[in-house]
Parts: sequence; structure tokens; C-alpha cells
Amino acid sequence: MKNTALFLILRRMRAPLLMLIAAYAVSILGLVIIPGVDADGLPQQLGFFHAFYIITYTATTTGFGELPGPFSDAQRLWITISLYISVIAWLYAIGALITMLRDSALRQLISQNRFAGQVRRLNDPFHIICGYGDTGSVVVKSMIDNKLAVVVIERDQERLNELMLENLPVHVPALCGDASLPGNLIMAGLKQPYCCGILALCRDDQVNLKIAITGRLLNPGIKVVSRAQTHDTEDNLASFGTDAIINPFDTFADRLALALHSPDMHMIYEWLKAIPGTPLPERLNPPHGTWVLCGYGRFGKAVQHSLELEHLSTVIIENDPEKTQAPKNVIVGRGTEAVTLKAARIEKAVGIVAGTDDDANNLSIIVTARELNPKLFLVARQNDRDNDALFEAARLDLVMQRSRVLSRQILALIAVPLLSDFLALARKQNKEWAQGLIDYLRPVLGGVAPDLWTVTVTKEESPAVEEWRESGKKFSLLHLLQDPYDREQRLQCIPLLLQRGKDRQLLPSEDLEIQVGDGILFCGRDGVAARQFRTLHNRQIIHYLVTGETLPEGIVWRRFVARKN
Amino acid sequence: MNIEKVIFSFFIVLALTLNFGFFLGESDNPNHHNVYEFFAVLVVNLIATVLKFGERTQTGAVLLATSLVADLELIAAAFVWTYAANISGTGVTPEVMGTIISLAGGALVANIVSVVLLVLEISAQRR
Repeated sequence: MKNTALFLILRRMRAPLLMLIAAYAVSILGLVIIPGVDADGLPQQLGFFHAFYIITYTATTTGFGELPGPFSDAQRLWITISLYISVIAWLYAIGALITMLRDSALRQLISQNRFAGQVRRLNDPFHIICGYGDTGSVVVKSMIDNKLAVVVIERDQERLNELMLENLPVHVPALCGDASLPGNLIMAGLKQPYCCGILALCRDDQVNLKIAITGRLLNPGIKVVSRAQTHDTEDNLASFGTDAIINPFDTFADRLALALHSPDMHMIYEWLKAIPGTPLPERLNPPHGTWVLCGYGRFGKAVQHSLELEHLSTVIIENDPEKTQAPKNVIVGRGTEAVTLKAARIEKAVGIVAGTDDDANNLSIIVTARELNPKLFLVARQNDRDNDALFEAARLDLVMQRSRVLSRQILALIAVPLLSDFLALARKQNKEWAQGLIDYLRPVLGGVAPDLWTVTVTKEESPAVEEWRESGKKFSLLHLLQDPYDREQRLQCIPLLLQRGKDRQLLPSEDLEIQVGDGILFCGRDGVAARQFRTLHNRQIIHYLVTGETLPEGIVWRRFVARKN
Repeated sequence: MNIEKVIFSFFIVLALTLNFGFFLGESDNPNHHNVYEFFAVLVVNLIATVLKFGERTQTGAVLLATSLVADLELIAAAFVWTYAANISGTGVTPEVMGTIISLAGGALVANIVSVVLLVLEISAQRR
């Protein structure tokens, strides 16, 4: 119920308030009845008004003295008694109020009410993010950078305190509670028309499952994205139609396989998924040969699978072969000692993957392995985000950080949905195509990771194009690539993908005529999207871009030109 | 038997009867209306209001509303009385008494509504 907190306050204030009323009533009544004396020493009784006045200043222990006139001794006695009664009543009332406001249950109720109110007032499309851990925090920050509204549910109050200290440019409504409870998800706006997606990013797979199925059932229209640690969970999530399931280990292993298979294609992935404005990631050239895998957990298995797909041989080092169901020829040990690594013939290997679930061990493996074989390609798994500095100092070729892998994958899905389509199509192309695209992208991007955006040709998003086309004239993709201020100049951007109905067209050609409903994915430099926005909204600019002549603006000037002709 | 209900019923009926007692008499004759009785009406009404705080039922909410109406009118009457007796210097004239009694009459109606609601609620839960 909406006003539960208010009802609770009122209910608990009953006793203190009754006590106050009773104390005042008795004191006032007594003061009115007890005889006093006037200035001439004659008997005189106080009225209710004066009695109320005296008790008011006495009860608050203001102590004005004997006002409105000197009291009789009987009155003095009664006022003394009243003072004790009423002060105790006040202390009780104030004490009760303060105790109540400090009560954690009530405070939680109040914060829940506030959260529900903030969510109700949201009038932009928003996503619900369940779990504000390492991944959640990166996702929230990047989504806000992409101007997407979010609502956060997190069980741990300490994590939420960090959210408050994050100093984000917009306020993020956050609820401290269990996201697997449907009531909390509904409070977070699951059933609201503006809710467009729910992201289950908790540590616990079971919780993520519950969130995903709640989202699916209570609001079938929204996008459900979940992270999964095991293949069991993945299958389960897929069974009820979760839109995207992200397994950080598989994603990373898949990327590694891609880098082994086609470094150029891997670079395209990295470029397009990098955080806009950061330097472009460099080319990664993992060597072909025998790889040593330390740790055969979920991560180790995923990497081994990928390497096998690329027909590379692997040597596995695992401390607990029974538990992890490692193959027979596994080398038992942690990999942190030189003996184990030598047994795995590290001097003959080309790369090593330190994939245990302990950061200290992983770093130790890397350092030892490098001493034994300085030419190794070093890959390590980083479990804790706090160890960033250590992993950076270790100068690794590739670091697998779960939250980073997850957050980049999720952002690509949520912020630029067409990017996934593009990458899926691109992957089917050959190495030469990838090489060509790299050469095409490099000069346009200028060494900085690009912005990605989607232009949709609809009446709302691009009214000028719509108007132009309605007048029967053609509008081709070329015009979106021209600078609206100087049609001879090109904007620093590239159309990556055209979406037309169910069709997807890679790298659409410039003379392609644009139709209503088209979605075009662009990548380009910072600020280009804003220029394109002008073209999409201004008919004069479109006229200029298509014909090369500037239309007179304003009524007077237009008439003047018309008469002249 | 619910002791909370008994206490509340007691105060709400007491408020009504006291209010009625004060209201009784010629409306412009200050001799017919006792200031002590008025004080009692005001205090009992305040208590009845506080007793309804935090009630989450529909009837409870309406009862709280009627009590608040009665309080408001009685406090207004108390102000009129105080002003006439202590500040204006005219004393409690028949005209002033008339005003006080009409305000108290308003509060009386609110109290009647309260009691009627109470009776209805009780008769609804026949056990």
C-alpha cells in the first residue's frame, strides 16, 4: 500500500499524543479551578485562555516568570506539578517520534515509497538493472553516458552507497532489495509502459533465472538480458525465450578464437565495442602452436573448446582433476611452481592462459611462466576488479575481466541493437573483407574509438526526410554522409549496416535510395551524429544537399525571391 | 471483545453527548452554556481524533475525517470565545455566544455522523 509509512507513523504516535492531550487538559483544568489573587489581593480565578497560555510556556520550560500576574501559592504548587507532568509528556512524545524515525523498518518503508514514486514519474524509456556489482556499475555508467535511463535493484546497501557516491549526471532510482522477488521488480517499474528491458546481472545464476522468468511472464513485450555462469543455466534461460544470454567465459573464449582465426576481424570487433573516445585497441596476434592452460574450471573449459576449434593443441594443468572432470593426460598442480610448468613443457609452448579463480595465483603463474619462456603469449583471468593495477603492471597480452566482458557485450545489445546484427554478418565474411574494412575505417576514425548510432527513417525521428520523400523526390544515403554546411565535404562516418524489414545489408552503397522504416547503423567520430541530426530535421538543408542551391529562408525573403523570378 | 473498539466507542459517544449538552439551551444566552463543558468537549474530541490515527480501513479513515472536522470547528469556537472574553473587551455578548453555538452545532453534526458510522460498522460485522 502506498501510504503504509504514514499509517505506521500515525499509529505509533497515538500513545504519545494522547498523553500530551491528557497532560495539557489536566493542567489547564486544574489551573482554572484553583483560586488565585488579583493585584489588590482579592480572590480571582484564571480563565481558560490564560491557563492555556501559562501551561504552554511552562510545559516547554520557557519560564517567563509569573505572567499575566503574580500567582497564589496554590497556583504555584499546581504549576510545579503541571510542569513535571507536561515535560515528561513532551519528552515521551519527542522520544517516541525520534525512535520511530530511526527505526530501520520504517526507514526502509520510506525509501521504498520514495523509490516507487521516482519510478512512477519516469517518462522516458528505461531499463531495470538487477545487481549493482562490478558488472552492474560499469553497465549503469555507460548506459547513462549513452543517455539511457536506468533503475537499479541491489541487495547490498553498501553497493548502493557506492552508486550514490558515483556522481552520475542524472539521478538513478535505486532500491535495496532482493531482485528475485516479483514485488520488487514491479515496484521498479516492470509493468510500466516505458519499461523496455530488464538486465539480470546478479552473481547468482538462480537469482538471474528467477528475474528473467519474472520479466518474461509479467511483461512479455520487453527485452530480457541475463548473464549466466553455466551451460545449464544458459539452456534454461533460452528455453523460455530470454532475448540475450551472456556467458562471460564463453564470450571471452569466442573472442580469443576469433583473434586466432582472423586478427583483422577481431580488431573490427574490438574497435566497434571499445568505449567511444578511448584510443583504438591495437591488433592482437595470438600465435599458433601449443597452449598451456592453468585451471580447468568453467573458464579453462571454454578456452580449451575455442582453441580446439582452431585446431590448436593444449596442455592442461589442474590442481583438482577429479572435481573439474579434467581429461586423463592432465598435469596435476597449480601451475604457480616452475616444476609443474616445466612438466607441461612450457619452453615449447607459444601461449599460456592463467585461468584459476584466484588472482594471486594467476599472476604468479604468469610471472613464473615468463621467466621460463619469455616469448610466451600471456593471457590471464582477472577475478577482482580491485586488482586492476596489478594486472596492468604485469604487462599481459590479454586480460579476461568478467565485468568488462559482460558490460561491453550488454551495452552493444542495449544501446546499439543493430551492432550485434552487423557483427554476426561480418563474421561470415572472409579475411580479405575484414582487411578491406579495416583499411576503410582507419582514416575515418583517426585513432579514436568511434561513436555508434542508429538513424531510423520515421516521421518522428527524421521528419525532414519524410517530408522530402513525400514530395516525390529521391533521397539517397549519400546525402546523410555529406556535411550539411558544405556538400562537397564528407562527414567522418561510415554506414555499417542497413536494416530494411527483415533484410540486413552490410556496408550499404552510397547511391542507395532511402525508404521509410529503414534503420542505418553508423560509426564515426564524435559530433558527427549531431550534424546528421540537422540534416534529418531541416528541409532547407536537404534541399541544399540534393540540389546544391540554398533556399531562401523566412517569409519575406522567400516572397522577394519569388517576385524576382 | 476488542478493547480498542470499546475505548474508541466510549470517547466518540462521550464527545457527542458532551457536545450535545453544551449545544443545548438558548443559542444566544451565555448563561445556558458552560465554559467547562466546552473545554471537556474540545479535549474529548481531540482524544477521539488521535485514537483514529493510523486506521487503515475505509470506515476508520472516514471517522478520522469527521473527527478532524469537529476539532476544526471547536477550535474555531474556542478562538472566538477567547477573543471576545479577553481581547476585544466586550465580553461574551449574546451575538458572540450565537457564533460559538453555531460552530459547536456544526461540530455536533460531525459527531453525529461519526456515531452513525460507528453503529453501521458494528452492525455490519454481525457475529
